Amino acid sequence: MQRFASIFGVFCAVTILGATAQAKDSFDFKSESFDLPAGERTFTGPGADPVNNNCLTCHSAGMVTVQPHLSKATWEGIVKKMINVYKAPVPEADVTPIVDYLSKGPSASK
Amino acid sequence: MSAPAWAGGVDLPLYGGGGERETTTAFPQKGKMILQRTRPPLLETPWETFDKGVFTPNDQFYVRWHWAGIPESVDVDTFRLKVHGNVERELSLSLSELVRKLPRVELAAVNQCSGNSRGLFNPRAPGAEWGNGAMGNAQWTGFRLKDLLDLAGVKAGSIQARFAGLETPVIDGGPHFKKSLAIDHARDGDVMVAYAMNGEPLPFLNGFPLRLIVPGWYATYWMKMLSDIEVLDTPDENFWTKKAYLIPDTPGANIKPGEKDVKMVPINRMVPRSFFTNVAAVANVKASAPNALRGIAFGGDCGVARVETSVDGGHSWHTAELGSDEGKYGFRRWNANIAPIDAGTRLSVMVRCVNANGEVQPDKPNWNPSGFMRNVIETVDLVAA
Repeated sequence: MQRFASIFGVFCAVTILGATAQAKDSFDFKSESFDLPAGERTFTGPGADPVNNNCLTCHSAGMVTVQPHLSKATWEGIVKKMINVYKAPVPEADVTPIVDYLSKGPSASK
Repeated sequence: MSAPAWAGGVDLPLYGGGGERETTTAFPQKGKMILQRTRPPLLETPWETFDKGVFTPNDQFYVRWHWAGIPESVDVDTFRLKVHGNVERELSLSLSELVRKLPRVELAAVNQCSGNSRGLFNPRAPGAEWGNGAMGNAQWTGFRLKDLLDLAGVKAGSIQARFAGLETPVIDGGPHFKKSLAIDHARDGDVMVAYAMNGEPLPFLNGFPLRLIVPGWYATYWMKMLSDIEVLDTPDENFWTKKAYLIPDTPGANIKPGEKDVKMVPINRMVPRSFFTNVAAVANVKASAPNALRGIAFGGDCGVARVETSVDGGHSWHTAELGSDEGKYGFRRWNANIAPIDAGTRLSVMVRCVNANGEVQPDKPNWNPSGFMRNVIETVDLVAA
């Protein structure tokens, strides 16, 4: 119930149940600034270079290594979606090597 | 009862395995979270958090971003929320103006990722491989979207309101993350813009300083760092509304793997769910002793009518005791006492939620290629020793 105590502390007697209007005219906002972890891991193993060169621009490696086993056709669809929908500038020559690497089961550095 | 299996580390109970995940405390304003992806962040709420209460603490509320273009700072003096498009008066309001001009409202509501529990799909679906922890319930404080739209004066012929936040693509030409709601939905008086979450400013990663709250609907619509509202008089054709987050237009968004030519529609209302929070999927219990089980439930787009448990494979159901009602869109605590079982025996216990519209959780899991809207009845096995 600590949470309730803090709600009451900030808003005084605001009714918790339901969406009830309250004539209040201020709220204490503070400018915030943060650093987010970049994700330092890189793909490893034979054929990892084109994957490191292209995929890590948008997302860290962990998203890929936790995927279940996916068919080559599914990986191809994912890579094409990255290119066609999200506009990843993947050189044509890298597409097949990336799909091959992913279908064999990606791994990343610790 | 034995300690849940997650006490010593995180191995999410994903279908076919592969649920091992690191936990992390490296993210701002966040305590221990399950690391699904570092950049852009996908952080899952550790399961034990849900046993502590019906409101999910801000520092363990799950996190999900689409693009890594997340601003590293927000200046609360220069931040503006814009309302434009098919309106009488374009608005560009500061945080203090929004708080001063618009009546304050409060609402408890569950925010759940469309793909929560995706990792339990069989066959598995690609995407964020969540366990059940891509959800949370908070007390949201802010103002009604309707009141803001009324201030701008929505013109006749408007059909949708489109929402965008400060998140930007990291690739030139990549589609900005935007989502739309039908204008009548946007003006229903429930949809709100929150500046506080559980009585505090929103955590940065949960959408500081403003977040759209769409009670009863999946989180994809709950735009974080909301900065732009555009009233449209033609249908929203942007990728995220038109082509992403689509579900089969079938009951429970359920199709057979490989099924083709299915009509797809945007994901929308949530469906009822209920969970055990004080026992793991397989739990060692003391023989010949009462088993006090508890958990949380939510109705989806309406309240919880009742929560029921079954110890005979779903033939008969017993109504569980419900905790206090903190609002129809929020989590509800349930408690049930299961009769003692003999040493060396095993008992499967099921739990299901029946919502206020009479909708019941299904006894078979749904399937769709995106891994959306899982809400099958949950089962735990008690093993007596």
